[in-house]
This record gives sequence, C-alpha cells and structure tokens, in this order.
Amino acid sequence: MKFLDEFRDGAAVDKLVRAIRNRVTRPWTIMEVCGGQTHTIVKYGIDEILPEAIELVHGPGCPVCVTPLEVLDRAHAIASRPDVIFCSFGDMLRVPGSRGDLLQLKSQGADVRVVYSPLDAVQIAATNPAREVVFFAIGFETTAPANAMAVALAARRGLTNFSVLVSHVLVPPAIAAILDAPDNRVQAFLGPGHVCTVVGFEEYEPLVARFRVPIVITGFEPVDMLEGILRTVEQLEAGEARLENQYGRVVTRAGNTASVALIADVFEVCDRKWRGVGSIPGSGWRLRDKYRAFDAEERFSVQAIDTEESSICISGLILRGQKKPHDCPAFGTICTPETPLGATMVSAEGACAAYFAYGRLKAAHAGAV
Amino acid sequence: MSDSATAKVLVSELLGSCPAPFAGYDRVLLGHGSGGRLSADLVSRLFLPALGNEVLNRLEDQASCVLPGLESARLAITTDSFVVRPIFFPGGDIGRLAVHGTVNDLAVGGATPLFLAAAFILEEGLPLDDLRRIAESMQAAAAEAGVTVVAGDTKVVDRGKGDQIFITTTGIGLIPHGRALSVASARPGDRVVVSGTIGDHGMAIMSVREGLEFETALESDTAALNGLTELMLRSCDGIRAMRDPTRGGVSSALNEIAAASGVGVELVERALPLRDSVKAACEILGLDPLYVANEGKLIAIVAAAQADDLVSAMRTHPLGRDAAVIGAVVAEHRGTVVMKSVAGGSRIVPMLAGEQLPRIC
Repeated sequence: MKFLDEFRDGAAVDKLVRAIRNRVTRPWTIMEVCGGQTHTIVKYGIDEILPEAIELVHGPGCPVCVTPLEVLDRAHAIASRPDVIFCSFGDMLRVPGSRGDLLQLKSQGADVRVVYSPLDAVQIAATNPAREVVFFAIGFETTAPANAMAVALAARRGLTNFSVLVSHVLVPPAIAAILDAPDNRVQAFLGPGHVCTVVGFEEYEPLVARFRVPIVITGFEPVDMLEGILRTVEQLEAGEARLENQYGRVVTRAGNTASVALIADVFEVCDRKWRGVGSIPGSGWRLRDKYRAFDAEERFSVQAIDTEESSICISGLILRGQKKPHDCPAFGTICTPETPLGATMVSAEGACAAYFAYGRLKAAHAGAV
Repeated sequence: MSDSATAKVLVSELLGSCPAPFAGYDRVLLGHGSGGRLSADLVSRLFLPALGNEVLNRLEDQASCVLPGLESARLAITTDSFVVRPIFFPGGDIGRLAVHGTVNDLAVGGATPLFLAAAFILEEGLPLDDLRRIAESMQAAAAEAGVTVVAGDTKVVDRGKGDQIFITTTGIGLIPHGRALSVASARPGDRVVVSGTIGDHGMAIMSVREGLEFETALESDTAALNGLTELMLRSCDGIRAMRDPTRGGVSSALNEIAAASGVGVELVERALPLRDSVKAACEILGLDPLYVANEGKLIAIVAAAQADDLVSAMRTHPLGRDAAVIGAVVAEHRGTVVMKSVAGGSRIVPMLAGEQLPRIC
C-alpha cells in the first residue's frame, strides 16, 4: 500500500540501522515525544534492532495518560447524569478516575458512546434535542482542530444542548519542563510529527536555541523513526543542535494554517495540570470567553470536583528517574494497575505498571512450566 | 530484564488500548463478549466453577463425547449465539453466519457436521420479509454445508429489549475413530498455518457501521469450512489442532493454543495474508488485524515435515487458495505469542483485554 509499505520496508530498515551503528561512538539518550511513536517502537520492536548505545525514553505524549484525575472524575460526574449522552474517543473509556472508568458507568446504564470524530457528537446533539450531548475534548494539538470545529459548528447551528469537557495539552511547554528539570537525562528529541502537521514547527526553534538540544520532527512508521534517530545521532555526534524535519511529506513550517486559525478562534492558552507531573504554565488550551456557553464544566457545575493525587504516590520522582517503583510503600499493595494511585501505574508506558506487569507475567510463566 | 524490556512487556500487553488497566469489574461489560481476556475470565472464573466438568473443562470449540454402544466414532456437540449488527452485510447475513459458525466449530474438531438446531429471539416489529430472507439464507447455507436443521425454537421480546434478531445454533457431528485434534496438542517445532486472508469479516462489518468506502468493497469471508477440513485431514495425518479465529481474531486463537499446549508461538508478520482493503481499513480505524474477527478461516497446527504439503493441498480448495505458513510453535516463552515484525524486531501479541477500542495517539 502506497505511503505505508515503503516506510515499513525491511531493506530500508536494515540500511538505516547499519547507518546508525556506523555513526554511534558513545551512549545517547533520545526521547520520542509521542505516544504514537512509542507504539511504533513496541509494535515493530525498534528498540531491539538499535545499537545498545541508543537509549529511547518514552515521552509524555500520550494524551490519555496525562489527563488529570479531577478531569476524569468530572467526566464521570457528567456522564452519570440521566439527561446526558457522553461522547468520547474510544481509549478514554478505560482510564480509571477515582470513581471508576466510563466503561463501568456505561454498564450501569449511563449513555456513553464512542465516536470517531467530535463532529459525530455534534450530529448526535442535533438529532437528540431533548438530551444534553457532551464531548470529552482531550488531546494534544492533533485533536484540537476537530474539537474546535465541533464547537464552532455547534455555535453556527445554534445548538444549545451541546458542550465540551476540555482538557487540551500542548507539547512545547512539556519539552521545556523536561529540559528545565535539574536531573534531566534527555539529550535529543524525536519531535511530534502529527502535532507539527497541524501547528507547524516554528515553536520548536526557540527550544533548540535555548537548551541547545537537537529536535528532529519525526513520523510514525519504522523507517521514519529510524531516520529520525539517525539524524539526531548525527547531530549529537557532531556536537550540533538544530531543528530538522524528517516528516517533510506532511509537515511544513507554518502547519495547516486553516486549522491554526480555527484553533485560535475557539481556544486560548492556559495553565494545565498533567497527571503525575503537576501543573505546567501555559501548557494547555481552554475555550475562549465567547464560547463559554459550550463549556461542560460550567454547564454542569463540576469545577468544584478537584481530586488530589495520592500523597503516598512518588510517581513524580519515578518519572524523573530519582526513585524506583519498589521504593514506594504503596507499590503492589494499595497501588496496582486496577487501582492506580498515579500516572506511572495508569499508563502502559509507566514504570510502576511495567514493573507490576512483569512480575505478573513471570509468575504466570512459572505457573505454566 | 532491563527497564525498557519490562516496559515493553506491559506496553505489548496493552497495545492498542493505551493505559487500559485490567480492572476487576462487578458487572457485565461489552468487553466480556469480545473473545479476549475478559471473555476468558468470565468462562474460567464464573462459568467453569459453576458448570465445569471433565468435558467442558477442556474448552475446545466443540465437546467430544463417547456414546455408549457407538465405538466407531465420538459425538461432537457445540453451540453458538449470533448478535451481529447490521443483520444483512456485504458477503452474508446473520442467518448464513449462524450456520457457518456452528458448522465450523464442529469441523475444526475433525467432526463431520450432521445436524443443527436453531433458536430465534425476535424483537417485536422485525419485518417478516427480513425474517424470511434470513431463514431462506440459513437453509441455503445448511444445504451447501451438508447439514440439516432438525429442531428449532422461537421467542419474541418487547420492542427495545432485543436488537432485531438473535440466533443460537447448536450443532451435532461425528468424529471418526482415530481423529484426536486438540488445542492442547501443539508441540515445539510444529508449524502454524492459516487458510487465507485475515480480518475480512470484522472489517466488512466495521466499514458498514462507520460508513467507510473503498475502491474494492470489503466483504465478509463467512463460509462453511467442513469441506476444507475434510480435505486437510484426508491428505495429512500430521495435523494436531485447528481453530476458527472468530471474535478475538488470530491472536486469541493462538494464545489459547499456546496456553492449552504449554508452548510458545512465533508469528512472522511478513507472512500474514492480508487484503489491501482490510489493511487500509485497519490503518484508518486504528485497529490491529490480528484481533479482528474471521468467519471463514481456520488456523491449523501441523507437524513441520508436512506443513508444505498441507498448504499445497489446501490451495487446491476454493477456501484455501491463500493458505500460508505464518509461524512456528517453539519451546521458549510458553503460553505467549510473539511476532517477528517486518522491521526485524519482535513483540508480544497478547490476548485482547476487552473490546478493541480505537486509539487517539
């Protein structure tokens, strides 16, 4: 299939891996920013075929994992209302807040629906005028245009029964927060290809200059990822720090200008809390005042729900590499993947959940033998 | 194991469902019907403790029982319910599916399917023309498969208490003396064979539901496999086990074999037969074809020395034209399915936790 097969081609992969091997002289730590890139690494076993000197660190770019606990609890409170049809992207339904997940709520009779596009939720609102339809508008810059479009469209159609629960997050402030940490280990970044498809990559230039760190905007297929890694390694080995665009077939400097204009019309920058990380200044979007009528938090008065993450939880320290999961008194006792206290136990990429699952898998194997 | 390797284990386990912890639920979720880990849990933790016995506990696709006075063969029994929406779809309908599904569950156990019983739960308001079409379609499918529908039942529920029509079919067949296929009999060194392209049925249904259109229309592969299985069993005595990878897909079928036989399975991604249209639909919807349902395909575990001959024989049958060896049974990583990716790395192919949900990232 065109645009897929050539980027999964075994020979092209081999050639890039050889080029990386030839170029590497010492260990480097590279972070892939996106959850989608992490998936590619796991799905194709990219980390296995790289030289040992290259360490890939999974970034914060999984919108599902960084959505804060209180937002999940607010979603739960809204979706519990009998007058509400609660619409969401599929993989948010399984994320537990402190009151359980949306799939459980659905089994108890709540009207929770998976949609592929927020515009489907607008359509549901139009055909169900007697019900309140709420869309869970989460994600990075990638989902923002469609989420903004849904709000703009609902406004244009004069729909009074549609609203959005917004928890948008932005990549550049998160990268800055990682690099600002005193014990940061990341030496280069594979930049978020799809985020930059939408908003372009101008915002990454100041990061490269300020922190002298190579950033290569990278795609999501194995050949893309390896080419991104090769280009970061070439910069690291040469002691350079530039912004490069590996994903030129879709990413331009200015991005999709129509989308950028739409986002700017609907959203404005705000401070945002990240699960397990805490508040990062200027790292999110919220609805502008003129679209306040579509704010589900106001409409259903759920702003007061403000769940704190557990005080026992040390996920912040684990994320920064200062502690190991076993150092936490709650690990494996009151904190498990079924009842997570923090992001590192919630997220599939999280260290605590990984340690826990490995222990379980090992036990299962011992039992099977 | 290094930190990145441990992370990999977990990410693999949950691939396709982002953070998805496996929660202890106290109510039935849709995922309990997915054919994945939640379904398996329901069977092993709820049904077997209540209903388990020597035959049921084997968890084959069909029960095989010795009938007193009948020494030349064993009785094979299976039952299956069908709840597909839409009830008419490209390549078939719920009636054909209800015949094929049960015939196939008998056939992959080496049985010759003979009789079917069919129970219908109808929702008030279902057009009789639709019901007639479905009944005629069942008869046509039964005739093609060489089985007779010999018993039936009908119940009607209030409008809104069902989804047009649910069909349950029960099948009876005979397993000739000397045939002993079992998901527990795979041995290291054996090969894994698939009878054709994977994911066709599930993606045909999904594309209708999501309104996706492709240059070549996606069609369900629903078909009765007993002709193919007869041909396979007559031409090859090295077949150890067969499964039809329906809900939960190829991944669930292979995970069940790996667990029941106490072996590992190694798949080769490059060898998986996949239609371009199915691949495209999976890419668009963010789904993995290994977890998508098939209704006219089978997986066979066969002794290595006979694998190539078996594939050649299968290719002479219309339902086996795209048959291929897709992997091998290994002594390592028991109970686990691992796939060698097109990029040369490898990953664990776990059983699906619940439903396959589209990913955001």
